[in-house]
Amino acid sequence: MAKDSGIGASIKRREDVRFLTGAGNYTDDISIPGQLYCFFLRSTVAHGKLNGVDTAAAAKMPGVVRIFTGKDFEAVGGLPCGWLITSRDGTPMKEPKHPILASGKVRHVGDPIAAVVARSLAEARDAAEAIEVDIEELPAVIDMKAAVSGSAASVHDEAPDNICYDWGFVEENRDAVDAAIKGAHHVTTLDLTNQRLVANPMEPRVAVGDYNRASGESTLYTTSQNPHVIRLLMGAFVLGIPEHKLRVVAPDVGGGFGSKIFHYAEEAFCTFAAKAIGKPVKWTSDRSEAFLSDAQGRDHVTKIELALDQNGKFLAIRTNTLANMGAYLSTFSTSVPTWLHGTLMAGNYTTPLIYCNVKAVFTNTVPVDAYRGAGRPEATFQLERVIDKAAREMGIDPIELRRRNFVPADAFPYQTPVAVQYDVGNYQATMDKIVELADVAGFPARRAESAARGKLRGLGVNAYIEACGIAPSQLVGQLGARAGLYESATVRVNAAGGIVVMTGSHSHGQGHETTFPQVIAEMFGVSEDMVDIVHGDSARTPMGMGTYGSRSIAVGGSAMVRAAEKIISKAKKIASHLMEASAEDVEFKNGVFSVAGTDKTIDFASVALAAYVPHNYPLDQIEPGLEETAFYDPSNFTYPAGAYACEVEVDPETGVVEVKSFAAADDFGNVINPMIVEGQVHGGLAQGIGQALRENTVYGADGQLLTGSFMDYAMPRADDMPMFTVDHSCQTPCSHNPLGVKGCGEAGAIGSPPAVVNAVLDALNSGGIKVDHIDMPVSPARVWDAIQAAQH
Amino acid sequence: MPKVSMTVNGETVSGDVEGRTLLVQFLREHLGLTGTHVGCDTAQCGACVVHVNGDSVKSCNVFAAALDGASVTTIEGMANADGTLGVVQQAFQDHHGLQCGFCTPGMVMTAADLLKRNPNPTEAEVRAYLEGNICRCTGYHNIVKAIMAAAANMSGAKVAAE
Amino acid sequence: MYAFDYVKAGSVSDAVAALGDEAQPISGGQTLIPTLKARLAMPSKLVDLTGIAELKSISVSGGVVKIGGAVTHGAVADSADVKGAIPALASLAGHIGDPAVRHRGTIGGSVANNDPSACYPSACLGLGATIHTSGGDIAADDFFQGMFATALGEGQIVTGVSFPVPEKAAYMKFVQPASRFALVGVFVSKGAGGVRVAVTGASESGVFRWSAAEQALAGNFSASAVPSAPSSDGMIGDLHGSPEYRAHLVSVMTKRAVAAC
Repeated sequence: MAKDSGIGASIKRREDVRFLTGAGNYTDDISIPGQLYCFFLRSTVAHGKLNGVDTAAAAKMPGVVRIFTGKDFEAVGGLPCGWLITSRDGTPMKEPKHPILASGKVRHVGDPIAAVVARSLAEARDAAEAIEVDIEELPAVIDMKAAVSGSAASVHDEAPDNICYDWGFVEENRDAVDAAIKGAHHVTTLDLTNQRLVANPMEPRVAVGDYNRASGESTLYTTSQNPHVIRLLMGAFVLGIPEHKLRVVAPDVGGGFGSKIFHYAEEAFCTFAAKAIGKPVKWTSDRSEAFLSDAQGRDHVTKIELALDQNGKFLAIRTNTLANMGAYLSTFSTSVPTWLHGTLMAGNYTTPLIYCNVKAVFTNTVPVDAYRGAGRPEATFQLERVIDKAAREMGIDPIELRRRNFVPADAFPYQTPVAVQYDVGNYQATMDKIVELADVAGFPARRAESAARGKLRGLGVNAYIEACGIAPSQLVGQLGARAGLYESATVRVNAAGGIVVMTGSHSHGQGHETTFPQVIAEMFGVSEDMVDIVHGDSARTPMGMGTYGSRSIAVGGSAMVRAAEKIISKAKKIASHLMEASAEDVEFKNGVFSVAGTDKTIDFASVALAAYVPHNYPLDQIEPGLEETAFYDPSNFTYPAGAYACEVEVDPETGVVEVKSFAAADDFGNVINPMIVEGQVHGGLAQGIGQALRENTVYGADGQLLTGSFMDYAMPRADDMPMFTVDHSCQTPCSHNPLGVKGCGEAGAIGSPPAVVNAVLDALNSGGIKVDHIDMPVSPARVWDAIQAAQH
Repeated sequence: MPKVSMTVNGETVSGDVEGRTLLVQFLREHLGLTGTHVGCDTAQCGACVVHVNGDSVKSCNVFAAALDGASVTTIEGMANADGTLGVVQQAFQDHHGLQCGFCTPGMVMTAADLLKRNPNPTEAEVRAYLEGNICRCTGYHNIVKAIMAAAANMSGAKVAAE
Repeated sequence: MYAFDYVKAGSVSDAVAALGDEAQPISGGQTLIPTLKARLAMPSKLVDLTGIAELKSISVSGGVVKIGGAVTHGAVADSADVKGAIPALASLAGHIGDPAVRHRGTIGGSVANNDPSACYPSACLGLGATIHTSGGDIAADDFFQGMFATALGEGQIVTGVSFPVPEKAAYMKFVQPASRFALVGVFVSKGAGGVRVAVTGASESGVFRWSAAEQALAGNFSASAVPSAPSSDGMIGDLHGSPEYRAHLVSVMTKRAVAAC
């Protein structure tokens, strides 16, 4: 029977009430009396020498308070990159400065040149138009292959060949992989592009800086997934403000999908300007500006080779990837194509030899960083596409080919040849489940029905695995991370029994305020109503690393459990004193402490009261109060995995692809709130299907962004999507965290693109149209082009 | 500056606006009704949808001065008189039709507009009516479910009342 | 947006009087306001036409559907009169933009703007409509003069459009995946004036009549008679489709429109 409380219950979200009544508190809803407004003058050219910025006329415009240029920021740091990658030759990556406002050069359309602070936004924008900028245009470096050809201009002097790093993984396997591929029975090769995407959370970014002269404290309200990370990066590396004088608040945040992890120039600017001027300074991005200033995602060009024996067993994989960094290194940009990508190239399979080469490339485009899945979708897509191609080439059913190569259920823990060790899993089980959910047996009949209407129907199936619960700090430290990736929680039980959990994790749609209390309710035997969550404010929560990489419940939830365990341990001592028993004999169950073998009991609330009213209390042994903090650092990643199936119908006359059905069988380990987990999968699927069929970020050769609004960037709409079939009943609980959870936020976006593209190719090939590959987005025009090419 | 008067959520309000003041700015900045959101600048996303004289309208794409004398309903005006969630709002909570909540006000307003015109929409009709409302979180699955459920609850409520 | 004065006109003559130097009429504003937000236009004054009662009526008489310039797409889509006389026209209006846009956007604004991807110009041309303006009546065949260009004189406004009721008609839109405007839209009609095939979205010269198809269909009004793709010369090529793809879609959408008639 379905639970109605605690772990495993589909409890309705408490945060919904404020969002459904217009009572949310998003950053743009915050207005501080006396606040000024900021407008950024951004470069309209992709690459150029910045010879001068003349603000004299603009400064005299109505309402203008002050205009800032790059000169004002020469004394402060650049925006830091959080992950050092070392090249194959042992040299560190090239790490040019990323200034708050452009200095010396502009490097992408949208690079901020000056910032006008005025009494109103309209006045700030009017004045920005009066700033005279002298830019000597340089050749734009846009295409990655051209960028590294040796004949392109240099985006940064520090990297004359435009290469940030040249990373090999696993370098020791390189020769063995080459040899295995050379001698293999069959080698399938695929060249593909994982196109650049824009995260586009519906809430554009906003920053409000405030400065209190009396206390000397700066406060930044910002649209962030991780306020403490922003406080650390901005305080320590950019503006030089110690933590106790810097508060970062990320209130209700309208989606992130990765793009609100990073520390951005506008945040640092508003904090800096508020102090410099002595008044609050607010910046609100509009959507057009977001397209030019939010870090973008993906953008890999890859060649993958898969070697197989005559039975279809995978022998080796070799990949060569160019990964676009854009014009500057965003916060976690360098880790995405390397440690979040190469380590996943084993997929769900026993391939013994793997080698990846990744060259990270500077171009005159908006910086690229993590977007939902971050590296793992790129790994999954190339692997699951090349397997499908191999299946077609070798005449083996694509599901069967995958089954022959899955890591067996009894082989866990399984050490991959790409550093990570999968703790648990059962890939045959999720494949069995998807074959059932997608009614693979009934597909031929559905195909025939489509054919009768002149349509080509295709079925695409794939598996996926991801590494989540980011991350073991010591491991990632060895790999170049410049931060720890633990999480924190403080559990405060108040005198009358009300409980508050202060978490370093952050919700921007995931529903922490509902799910975290479910765990506490289960542990303490209280109602969820007794538990509140505080998050998103560096002044109210312990130092935390925030939410990304599907880490909230796996790492943040684990920290909360650890803190709650400390509470229970202490409460047992108090209870033992109150019941005059030995602490070892006290048991705690369903909210009641009891003494083993007696009928003595005392409830949780009474113990809490005693902790704060310690009249009868073992003050000689323990302190009063009932509040505990824990930091949790995971010992391994978690490995959600599953199998996805997509059915499409292709109109061969127009190239239109319609998604007829999509089914997902995920193994997330234990699940706290099934309703929320399913919602996370739905959203991920829409983003993955959006990538597969619709979304694309296109720059002209001159570096102008051609898809700079929703008029040209094709966001998935309601009528593009089917109802989804999702299942999470195959559960191999994580072996190394206290809740046995793995995380579910990114799975949908990671696992779905190959299923869609595989389905389209299955449809076309079933109609006698021989097509090996179509790059995403598989738009009507591209499908039609592929059909024309195949038929002529 | 033109003076504009309108009824917002049943209350008469007025203010001096510039010609270029958009309805959404009037609502958010003059009236403090920050439930209505701005998610784009090309009238595509629908986070700003409100009702003007009973019709759904993108409040970021209409001037306040054009609506002198109009009756406007925003998300803040959608709850029941006793403060409980209205039928559409309740269905969104019941069916997890929102995650980050940013597109939600527009979704609720568009859904209410649809159900007024078409009390028993098909799934395809619901999806078509949401053409101008973009959600990045839910994949639309639970939004569509919520609206279908709201339709069923409304017709059920009517039957009960009759 | 740059600052401007905002004037609400009470009548057509008021509006025309108010339109002077650098003043611009605004109807539903669904295209104009985003343009103003991007600071791509700098009118000194906007003259709001939506309060002019005489521009807000729909009438059907003598085999003609007459729609006032300030009638919204939503009102056309919902009009029993339009649905009865020219269902293809009501359907076209009901698929412009999205519901909220249809509640504001007007036929006069759409026709006067003549966006090369807009739907209404194809209906005007495809039905042989007459565009009523404050400066007189203009046949649709003479009105549309290329992308964003019309025969509308300086300081004049579109007051309405009269559509002759055809024997049959249909509109087929192939949407651009992001904007949902027409990548290619084809309006086909058969009536007293013969067969008309008008194409929007495809050409760099804006909405046009596909005469080869009109001739072929005049003799045999069936999908099989629709010629194969017209020349791609002059067709729009962009990231959503090549000129060849658009030319191909012109033929496919024409066939589907004829089949739907």
